[in-house]
Amino acid sequence: MTWLSSAWPQVVDLTVRHLAVSAPAILLSIVLAVPLGRMAQRSPRAGGALLSAASVLYAVPALPLLIVVPVVLGIPLRSPATLVVALTVYGTALLVRTAADAFSSISDPVRQAAVSLGHSPRALFWRVELPLAVPVLVSGVRVVTVSTVGLATIGALVGIPSLGSLFTDGFQRGITAEVVTGIVTTVALALVLDAACLLAGRALTPWTRVGVAPSLGILPRPGGPRPTAGRGATGIPATAEAAR
Amino acid sequence: MVGMPIEFRAVRKVYPDGTVAVDDFSHHVPSHKTVALVGSSGSGKTTLLRMVNRMVDPSSGSVLIDDEDVRTLDPVVLRRSIGYVLQAGGLLPHRTVLDNIATVPVLSGTPRRAARTAATELLERVGLDPSLGPRYPSQLSGGQQQRVGVARALAADPNILLMDEPFGAVDPIVRRELQDELLRLQAELGKTIVLVTHDIDEAFRVGDEVVVLREGGRVAQAGTPSQILTHPADDFVRDFVGADRPERLLTTVEVDGRRLVVDANGRPAGVLSP
Amino acid sequence: MNLFAEALAWLADPVHWSGPSGIAARLAQHLAITVAVVAVSAAVAIPVGVLVGHTRRGRGVVVAVAGAARAVPTLGLLTILGLMMGIGLQAPLAALVVLAIPSLLAGAYAGVEAVAPDVVDAARASGMSEAQVVRQVELPLAMPVLLGGVRAATLQVVATATLAAYVSDTGLGRYLFAGLKTRDYPQMLAGALLVIALTLVLEAVLASIQRAAARAAAPTHARRAPA
Ligand SMILES: Nc1ncnc2c1ncn2[C@@H]1O[C@H](COP(=O)(O)OP(=O)(O)O)[C@@H](O)[C@H]1O
Ligand SMILES: [Mg+2]
Repeated sequence: MTWLSSAWPQVVDLTVRHLAVSAPAILLSIVLAVPLGRMAQRSPRAGGALLSAASVLYAVPALPLLIVVPVVLGIPLRSPATLVVALTVYGTALLVRTAADAFSSISDPVRQAAVSLGHSPRALFWRVELPLAVPVLVSGVRVVTVSTVGLATIGALVGIPSLGSLFTDGFQRGITAEVVTGIVTTVALALVLDAACLLAGRALTPWTRVGVAPSLGILPRPGGPRPTAGRGATGIPATAEAAR
Repeated sequence: MVGMPIEFRAVRKVYPDGTVAVDDFSHHVPSHKTVALVGSSGSGKTTLLRMVNRMVDPSSGSVLIDDEDVRTLDPVVLRRSIGYVLQAGGLLPHRTVLDNIATVPVLSGTPRRAARTAATELLERVGLDPSLGPRYPSQLSGGQQQRVGVARALAADPNILLMDEPFGAVDPIVRRELQDELLRLQAELGKTIVLVTHDIDEAFRVGDEVVVLREGGRVAQAGTPSQILTHPADDFVRDFVGADRPERLLTTVEVDGRRLVVDANGRPAGVLSP
Repeated sequence: MNLFAEALAWLADPVHWSGPSGIAARLAQHLAITVAVVAVSAAVAIPVGVLVGHTRRGRGVVVAVAGAARAVPTLGLLTILGLMMGIGLQAPLAALVVLAIPSLLAGAYAGVEAVAPDVVDAARASGMSEAQVVRQVELPLAMPVLLGGVRAATLQVVATATLAAYVSDTGLGRYLFAGLKTRDYPQMLAGALLVIALTLVLEAVLASIQRAAARAAAPTHARRAPA
């Protein structure tokens, strides 16, 4: 730990740089994957092709992608933008399937109900489909977040500074403490961002956390039928729907 | 109260997969009346209902509301002007009860606060306690959800109410209550209602007029419940309404000085009022 | 695109194909590493996942372990293992096993857990022992999801196995690191294309196995008339 006591400013600096490439890549992945996923869910044929393309993209090794991206986009090899683009490619490829699943998870009756109420296609997307997709989307975003933070370390192999620089530097100089610090900091960063996604997801979906506690809310009406006790259980189909 | 009659003119619907859901259906739904479309599953009831608010466009023929072809109307605007009640309420799971009811007014630009106030009043109108307002649909019983569905359909004060098997997902006791509630509301509001059901007893209870459908939306018989029960057009209708079922064949016997109504099995069905 | 043309030219050169360090040998190594890693990981992860899915206990622990394992950067793990175990194959193999386990674990327990409880109850009611319930009911029904986990793990391992060349002279990753060092980008790209080709082949094989398992799990599904 003597290494850390002298090198911690460097660790802080690399953590900031790491965050500066990971966070934009995660956000860009969401912005790209959500509309693509919804398109894939809408038209199964084009969607199938899109999802296959995504799984192939995900299979491209990171290292050559870091070489190809600057060539294609004409940006410098060692620029953090290269890493952001590469991470966005992986993040989008990883998230697009979950995004499609998220939109498929919305039950058809709910969609039909929204249409029958007079939601325009735009209102349907923003006010009904997107909010209802959030629970599944968040699970995908959490996977992308953790994977992006881990993958960002690869940039160090081509000289883009990140917490991965602690791996390459520590390996070359044989400093175990440096490598361990890099791993621990990367994992910690991933878990913190993961927790942030979890909390954001909860804040966005209050309806998923309400207990099912039906009570008698039916006003007794003079001369009308009296409320029957214990009919709470009759709400099963709709409840199962909401829980899905 | 504005009259809003609905006219089906020789409508036909063939789905892209070749299914002929509705072959050739014509019918007039008069203003302020409840017409019940009744038929077994797959007879094209939902398809017919959805032609009214353009969730389905007919392959040929036309639907007219107040003499205007719905095809000339913007579907989104049209749908906001028509109340639609779905099986199990069709509530949006991510919105509270109040926000579900306020959906259409908010979509049409009513300020949210005003829409919620109006929604609270509607909640009482359909017999629910206003304290349910902040709950989510999953926290309601089936019967409560169904009432919220009705309240939501009434929120924009539409002249037309379409109901697709609205009480199909609740137990018989609750269904009976909801039917009574609908009759009470209709007596107050006088909407033009098209209600779809596969339950002939429900059709007889709530329909001013009943249309019995065969496969492909073909009309087997249309008439008042008493016309259909007393003069079923053919064996299909006789079978469907169960005109020969023991519980339909009532006779009276005298017991302890009162006229008791019994069915063909001798089971008591009620007492004649003096 | 010039770089791609050069990479294809590099691939077309027969000199690069033969010999102990040629493309053919490295393809075989890469495939062997992938298969070995997935097999070892599966031997660990699938029994644990099936057990968790069957007993419905320890789900929280499994999710936490899988989540933590996903958060560990493979390059970091590879580096530290390389420092500890020295240059050679042990370090990359161990690091890749850690990479593969979360997907396999998740596929196994999610698959078993998703089997309808009344089906399992019916199997018990008809007199099956717990082991028979697992072998004859839960496993066949869970197979499509479980194989989905195998498929995901294989894809990750085959792409990441390129990193093995960082600490040992094995597999197709060698072309990437050699190219990086000498700025021979066509060679790098050629290596990447080889990995992608291998991935596509594996993906096609696994996808057809998964489809066969899905048919076996729901034999009537494909023939069911549209509702
Ligand atoms: N979107 C659709 N595509 C193809 N066939 C459909 C579609 N909707 C309904 N159908 C078919 O049309 C027929 C009538 O359906 P529907 O109007 O839903 O009947 P009902 O409401 O009386 O049960 C059925 O055979 C049904 O399978
Ligand atoms: Mg229907």
